[in-house]
Amino acid sequence: MHETMKKNPLLLAIFATFVMVLPWVLGGFFENGNSWLRAVDFALLYILLALGLNIVVGYAGLLDLGYIAFYAVGAYLYALLNSPHLAEVLPAWLSHPPFLVMMVLAAIVAGVFGVLLGSPTLKLRGDYLAIVTLGFGEIIRIFMNNLDRPVNITNGPQGINHIDAVQIAGYDFGRPIEFLGLTFEKIHLYYYLILAFCALIIFVSMRLQNSRIGRAWVAIREDEIAANAMGINTRNVKLLAFAMGASFGGVSGALFASFQGFVSPESFVLMESVMVLCMVVLGGMGNIPGVILGAIIVSITPELLRDIINPLQMAIAGKRVVDPENLRMLVFGLAMIIIMLVRPEGLWPSKRRRAELHPKTKEIALQEKDSLQDAERNHD
Amino acid sequence: MTDVLLKISGINKRFGGLHALSDVGLTIKQGEIYGLIGPNGAGKTTLFNVLTGLYQPDEGEFTFNGKDLFRKKPNVVVEAGIARTFQNIRLFANMSALENVMVGQHVRSVTGVFGAILRTPKARAEEAAITAKAEALLAYVGIADRAQELARNLSYGDQRRLEIARALATNPTLLALDEPAAGMNPKETDDLKKLMEKIRADGVTILLIEHDVKLMMGLCDRIAVLDYGKKIAEGVPEEVKSNPRVIEAYLGVAPE
Amino acid sequence: MDIFLQQLINGLVVGSIYALIALGYTMVYGIMQLINFAHGEIVMIGAMVTITCINLLLGMGVQMPGPVLLLVGLLMAIPVSMFLGFAIEKVAYQPLRKAPRLAPLITAIGVSIVLQQVAMLIWGRNYRPFPSILPTEVHIIGGAAITDLQIAIIVLALLLMGGLFYLIEKTKLGRAMRATSQNPEVAKLMGVNVNHIISMTFIIGSALGAVAGVMVAANYDQAHAYMGFMIGLKAFTAAVLGGIGNIGGAVLGGILLGIIESLGSGYLGDLTGGVLGSHYKDIFAFVVLIIVLVFRPSGLMGERVAERA
Ligand SMILES: Nc1ncnc2c1ncn2[C@@H]1O[C@H](COP(=O)(O)OP(=O)(O)OP(=O)(O)O)[C@@H](O)[C@H]1O
Ligand SMILES: [Mg+2]
Repeated sequence: MHETMKKNPLLLAIFATFVMVLPWVLGGFFENGNSWLRAVDFALLYILLALGLNIVVGYAGLLDLGYIAFYAVGAYLYALLNSPHLAEVLPAWLSHPPFLVMMVLAAIVAGVFGVLLGSPTLKLRGDYLAIVTLGFGEIIRIFMNNLDRPVNITNGPQGINHIDAVQIAGYDFGRPIEFLGLTFEKIHLYYYLILAFCALIIFVSMRLQNSRIGRAWVAIREDEIAANAMGINTRNVKLLAFAMGASFGGVSGALFASFQGFVSPESFVLMESVMVLCMVVLGGMGNIPGVILGAIIVSITPELLRDIINPLQMAIAGKRVVDPENLRMLVFGLAMIIIMLVRPEGLWPSKRRRAELHPKTKEIALQEKDSLQDAERNHD
Repeated sequence: MTDVLLKISGINKRFGGLHALSDVGLTIKQGEIYGLIGPNGAGKTTLFNVLTGLYQPDEGEFTFNGKDLFRKKPNVVVEAGIARTFQNIRLFANMSALENVMVGQHVRSVTGVFGAILRTPKARAEEAAITAKAEALLAYVGIADRAQELARNLSYGDQRRLEIARALATNPTLLALDEPAAGMNPKETDDLKKLMEKIRADGVTILLIEHDVKLMMGLCDRIAVLDYGKKIAEGVPEEVKSNPRVIEAYLGVAPE
Repeated sequence: MDIFLQQLINGLVVGSIYALIALGYTMVYGIMQLINFAHGEIVMIGAMVTITCINLLLGMGVQMPGPVLLLVGLLMAIPVSMFLGFAIEKVAYQPLRKAPRLAPLITAIGVSIVLQQVAMLIWGRNYRPFPSILPTEVHIIGGAAITDLQIAIIVLALLLMGGLFYLIEKTKLGRAMRATSQNPEVAKLMGVNVNHIISMTFIIGSALGAVAGVMVAANYDQAHAYMGFMIGLKAFTAAVLGGIGNIGGAVLGGILLGIIESLGSGYLGDLTGGVLGSHYKDIFAFVVLIIVLVFRPSGLMGERVAERA
């Protein structure tokens, strides 16, 4: 996408315009445009998450199955600082921090969690890392569920309510704002806000991709031993990817909490981590447009199915035969399997990934199998 | 020319019951081409791995250029000035030849996350320098025209050259080559020999494993012979060639 | 009652179940380095099919002693799970043997979702109670209570594990399985039909999983379409704890994890002065996992992976 667009500024302009007017298109064309816009907002949040995870999985090749934990950390941090829940005990200077401070804080706190988890575990081989991160995700969730006693910090399974929306330059994003004769509701405002963050992370990802750090990530993904033997401090470079991914997760979480207005442990179950990972892998690991595509498909498809399945059932059987929720998850699971079987490199892979799976010439003496085994070596 | 560059002594490495290196000691002098030969499984590659930090030796001493490198990690070793190639080529298969060499310069460059994101003038200058040097190195080993090709698509000989270029990109004082001529035809081997002489002439000391005895005899200043993890001989090629223990190790019988 | 002994017994019971499931993970991992994410769902299906069969029989007015009913149900469930395990491998994993490692992991997750949803469509979204057909008599040993069911679980688990050991160590199939897990390429050259071995691995693991599923359902008196997830996760943890790919390790890891979890949650409240209570039970598995992996990544019984470069 971006390659084509670089060559064609017109295409880029059309695309940008489309993205900018999308909320009004939805509002104008669809009866329930607002609920669609809401879905789009959440899809944007997923894009943000998927692009963050892409740094970890797609660039550095680290399989993180607990990514949503960092999202949770950011969300709860925002919730605690911006709701009445802890208002009485929180020092005034910590309550309702300014927007940018809040975002930086979310990034730092989630990043610190990333480092804490990553530094002892990143030397593990891939599958172990996957399972440790998965466990970490569950630990965070269990704590959120239970930290309502003896001191009520997270309010347990009920979660935290009445979270204030962000305030930027004196504008409260929780209230409609009139501008240019248009009424920007919360869903509109957040659309543009999250979009801006998406643009930011795309920019960051692209810059990193073609940099010394980005090359080191790819090198590690290709052959960790060789990368280490070429002077790359693999541990630090992996930790960097992990922490960066975590930071972006934290920021997305903070945005999520402020947008939704409440948080509860239910939003941060393993299935969410899995979904985000699916977005990255289905779309095409390491390729920004692919990941975006994956995020859109994975997050919007269930919504579409919701709107399709019920009417379809009524039309065919005249009554609700099966629970649409079941059916859409079923279709989703099947889609995951089929896409992976047909295109294991993802729908829109990077050139590199495609090459990995479809070598142009027969591979000469590169012993990938060996390097896999070697990667299992752990260096203490 | 007589300064000691690398010195190991009493190096032991065991894999379970297998004593892969026992009490190996050697010194490599600045500017020489030092050969390491021995039958299959003698422990040559294992010694390389110890010297480059990939294996942790059980005992011994290891100093390089005045620094203690005993049990240091590979990246520390590279930073100290030792670079290597692999017997079973380990390029970054899906990166281009140019990118492979660029990765080699990682340890000699500094741009971090913020530099990369903001593209500071310093970061841009460094990136340009990295690219230029990578191109120069590809030309140096003779594969400039393959710069954009993925490493996996290069011919066998070119892959070996690319590994050398990638190693040179780390600015090594000592270049360790593990069977660089393996699988090459005589013409390629000859080119490789010239390349190694050029590298040495440019001030890089070379440690070389090769089975091609003729090549080794013509190229190396000194040769050490490993057999069953022990150093059984060391000296100038002529000495080594006529050493009865070496002949025994290679032929499996004691000479008259 | 002696709390320590009681928790130990409970831990042993749950641990034997973990061990049975962990065997399925570890065998598959040993042979194809794949986390069979869908294994938990096979366990769940085993439980569900058994419950359905028993209910059917009861509904038909069949007069049989509880344990016999259970056995019949189990004998129906095992083939179903075996077939599922076999089919999953053929459809979702075999085509991806050469693909990047993440691809089969994703299909595995996909299969897992599909099975959960299918189970929901068939058995509904509520908990299915386990029919009360088993004796509920309680024996008191040294101040702790143990039921016939618990005894049966431990004994049956041990028997199955013994059988598996025998199979792997002493039979031709077992030899081929070990050879394949050492090096599939070489095994192939030696005339081992690797595809067949992989299928067998899935089938055996699934059979064990089905039995474990019934044990879980009987032990907790219920089953649910989502039950496979947590139990699968813990069993996988157990496999890693013992050293993944190692059969004995899976058994040790399972039993150990069961006991740690049970003792831990029993004493956590006291230890922390009431700050953390037994509702943190599920954390143990993961805390143990992280600790083990950090200090002994190869697991308790796994060989230290030889460094190779
Ligand atoms: N990671 C390891 N684990 C166990 N044994 C090893 C390991 N690495 C090497 N060995 C063993 O150590 C011995 C020496 O091997 P090494 O690769 O150093 O031999 P070599 O001299 O390089 O042989 P060749 O000429 O065939 O390359 C061999 O017996 C080998 O099997
Ligand atoms: Mg060798």
